Amino acid sequence: MRQKSNTSIFYNIDWVTVFLYLILIIMGWMNIYSAVYNEDHNAITDMSQKYGKQMLWIGSSLLLALIILIIDENFYTAFAYFIFGAFLLANIAVPFLGREVKGSRSWFRFGDFGIQPAEFMKFAANLALAKFLSNQNIKIADYKNTFITLLIIGIPLIIIKVLQDETGLAIVFVAFIFSLYREGLSVNYLLLGFLAIVLFVLALLINNMYLFIIIATLCTVAFLFVKRNRKNLFLIATAGLIACSMVKGTSTVYEHMEPHQKVRIDVLLGRGTVNLKKEGYNVNQAKIAIGSGGFWGKGYLDGTQTKYDFVPEQDTDFIFCTVGEEWGFVGSSLVIILELFLIIRIVFMSERQRSPFSRIYGYGVASILFFHLTINVGMTIGLAPVIGIPLPFFSYGGSSLWSFTILLFIFIKLDSHRLQILR
Amino acid sequence: MNQLSDRKYIIIGVFILVGLAYISRLFYIQVINDSYKLDARNQAFRYKTEFPNRGYIYDRNNKLLVYNEAAYDLMVLPKEIKNIDTTDLCQLLGITKEDFLKKMKKATQSPNSPRKESIFEKQLSPTDYASLQERLYRFPGFWVQSRTLRKYPQKIAAHMLGYIGEADKEMTEKDPYYNEGDYIGISGVEKTYEKALRGKKGMHIIMKDVNNRDMGSYMNGMYDTLAIPGKPLKSTLDADLQLYGEKLMQNKIGSVVAIDPQTGEVLALITSPSYDPNLLVGRERAKNFAKLYLDTIAVPLFNRATMASYPPGSTFKLVMALIGQQEGVLTPETRYQCVGGYPPLGGHPKCHNHSSPLALYDAIGHSCNSYFSYVFKSIIENKKYHDTYKAYQAWRDIALSFNIGRKTGSDLANELRGNIPSIAYYDKVFGKGSWHASTVISLGIGQNELLVTPLQNANIVAIIANKGWYYTPHIIKAIGNNENDTTLARFKVKHYTMITDTAIYGNVIRGMSDAVQSGTAAALKIDGIDFCAKTGTAENPHGKDHSVFVAFAPKGNPRIAIAVLVENAGFGAAWAGPIASLMMEKYLTGKIKRPDLEKRMFDGDLIHNVKPSPPKKKTR
Repeated sequence: MRQKSNTSIFYNIDWVTVFLYLILIIMGWMNIYSAVYNEDHNAITDMSQKYGKQMLWIGSSLLLALIILIIDENFYTAFAYFIFGAFLLANIAVPFLGREVKGSRSWFRFGDFGIQPAEFMKFAANLALAKFLSNQNIKIADYKNTFITLLIIGIPLIIIKVLQDETGLAIVFVAFIFSLYREGLSVNYLLLGFLAIVLFVLALLINNMYLFIIIATLCTVAFLFVKRNRKNLFLIATAGLIACSMVKGTSTVYEHMEPHQKVRIDVLLGRGTVNLKKEGYNVNQAKIAIGSGGFWGKGYLDGTQTKYDFVPEQDTDFIFCTVGEEWGFVGSSLVIILELFLIIRIVFMSERQRSPFSRIYGYGVASILFFHLTINVGMTIGLAPVIGIPLPFFSYGGSSLWSFTILLFIFIKLDSHRLQILR
Repeated sequence: MNQLSDRKYIIIGVFILVGLAYISRLFYIQVINDSYKLDARNQAFRYKTEFPNRGYIYDRNNKLLVYNEAAYDLMVLPKEIKNIDTTDLCQLLGITKEDFLKKMKKATQSPNSPRKESIFEKQLSPTDYASLQERLYRFPGFWVQSRTLRKYPQKIAAHMLGYIGEADKEMTEKDPYYNEGDYIGISGVEKTYEKALRGKKGMHIIMKDVNNRDMGSYMNGMYDTLAIPGKPLKSTLDADLQLYGEKLMQNKIGSVVAIDPQTGEVLALITSPSYDPNLLVGRERAKNFAKLYLDTIAVPLFNRATMASYPPGSTFKLVMALIGQQEGVLTPETRYQCVGGYPPLGGHPKCHNHSSPLALYDAIGHSCNSYFSYVFKSIIENKKYHDTYKAYQAWRDIALSFNIGRKTGSDLANELRGNIPSIAYYDKVFGKGSWHASTVISLGIGQNELLVTPLQNANIVAIIANKGWYYTPHIIKAIGNNENDTTLARFKVKHYTMITDTAIYGNVIRGMSDAVQSGTAAALKIDGIDFCAKTGTAENPHGKDHSVFVAFAPKGNPRIAIAVLVENAGFGAAWAGPIASLMMEKYLTGKIKRPDLEKRMFDGDLIHNVKPSPPKKKTR
């Protein structure tokens, strides 16, 4: 094996990934400029405007990336649990120590700038998860290990949801299901999860009584086609019962949701009459902005729907609308393709790791990015419920950009030492 | 472990699947589905229409006939009305609160809607506008759109000029250029030359933000269009002559058409009773229109000059004389008997008292009915054909070539065809083969089923004056100062009748000259001007005969051909003749040397049952 002969911090790093990262943040910056364009302060470096601030965030992110590349790769394995614990504490502390901003208790404020520790929980949890699952004695299929895995994912989720009331930031942790699946999680869990989602949607759209009848019919039909023994009968009966209880559970879950969440689900599913001026406003405006872009878009800085505030949050969660309106189908597809290209590249990079830690971490990165992309773009085009999470590298915001940068560059650092097995 | 690494394919598959689903969805909402683009335009743009100035209309001497005056429509977009002081607005507009509520209801209900702009108050006067303008900012959702109203300084030629109205749904469907409420030419020149007069609307695209504030023009006005003003029209009309004719025709029912035979330009086109064209403009339009429309006795909206067709009566004898010569059955020396009527049919059609037999010139000069019945008979029983049908067809074809029995092709809106009965028609009435010259003998003296509009009648005279050719009569000679505009090209084509021998016309002209020198029009001589004329008394089955008169002047170098018809006024020389004579004098000399005759015509009232003073000399 070759010794580390080259001591450059850029040695062996994956430049394609870095290049994609740079393209995306620069595109993001340009779109933020257009989304909040202010004629009186039209320099993209104007610090009083969000695009000026974003430049600061980009600069500091690049610095962070550099620092990550300088730090010894073994630091991340060694301190994985410590980092996890530290950020867990920060997240528990923020509702009590942080200043309340617009009803949100998830921010540490430093003058004009704010930091959201929940954003950093993602890479911390990813490190911890990688550390735990890469232990050679661990088999995910063991119930005990499954339980611990669920804790690593579930504790941050619950803390962020319950203490900080940040649904978007919390729900991201569900994304780790892809990592777990890759590491051997039984397909049954995924199918169960998938079934749950399908039944949840169906239960809201169709009369539950019909749904029960359909499930019963499907079970009977299934039974006719398999070998008729006691085991199969038991299996099918169980599946049917689980399905029925899921349907029954849906209404309970739905009833216990907060009104605005109910509404978002209703909007997505087109249940009842959606008032486009109230609950349906955001999604409708997002769709109008994107749809009006047409094939080629209206041209940079020439969007009307986003620039003139028809679309809410057009610089953060709804940044994709600016892309869709000004760059059209061509531009918005390109953004999706670039993001996906980065994500899939990360998957391939993960697979080339010799160390399980690096691989599991890499899958975590891909999962988190994919989840953000799916939800963020999905909500603007009416394919996903409105959940306030940013578009990776695009949306305005220091915390999210820092968090994604750290998340990605730790992996780039790990990847640059992919030939080492031991972690 | 190896098996687990295969799971990457599933994971990547899911990623790509979601990506494809999203891109397809984007393709649908961005490329396929247009509704989002429409929504975006509706909420982010305000389309401000810029109405161009409608073209002015001038007479042949550049006297202004029609111009525009600014008017202001108060527009409303109900959904944008916020916290306005209704009482204040009502006061400014001079309306009651109930009016306001009624108007608001109209603006919000179908076919309008709260999201659609509509006119709240039409055509504010400049003074009302001035006081409103200052305070308009206090009424969000309201704004003022400037429009133009037609004004007629001369108050003449109402029928010829026509009027404009608001485009209705049917019109907007037929031509998408128009939106409901846009002004469009409805009749007359306003209709015929609508495209030239209207110009082209401009469109200003103004961006709005979510609070409906103006954010400037979209893409620096790249998609804006400028309004192109309408083109001015130069009419062939002589405003002075028109005005004079209208005065002569006041209190009479009828029509006068004067044409410059050398160019086909219509010099005067008078329909009486007429109305002040200013009545059909502005806020009172509907009221005035209804009043004119409901006047079923005078029917002032009816354009007699082109839309009324009358039996031409004796003036048609001119055409008979021409056709007879053309067909070789008539020479100036041909003489026919008159026994106070047409002898072969027992004195029918009847004639009046004159010496007998007469030759052609005198027959024209004295308008002998018997003579032209013979002429007609000789044409139909022409040996050259040996066949009534063929002979009749030949007669009819020649008559048609005088631009009668069909639309003249002029630029006057809503022209009638008139009628020269076809063979098929008489076959239907009398049965195939069972009619001949005697059956329809009164065609020879311009009666029977013959119908001619005053415009066509004037054109016949112009043809005779020109000895066989004419330009299609027209009322506009230049569009946008361009006399060679392609729309006018058809008026520059010389048309010839089927009679090309000028000597034939010379004989008829001589007869017409005789009519003035010693015949039926002898009382109407104009000092210093030789003119040619033919009187007519058109039998009217519904009442007293119509007084008809056709003439052209001067005899040597015709500059005006005129046809006058006064309904229920009796002999041609009684009313129609003097009016024609006075108008020719006015046009050619610019002054009138016969104030008595002029006064009698001005004062003559044939509508209100005032007995007019009888003409001094009984003429025909």
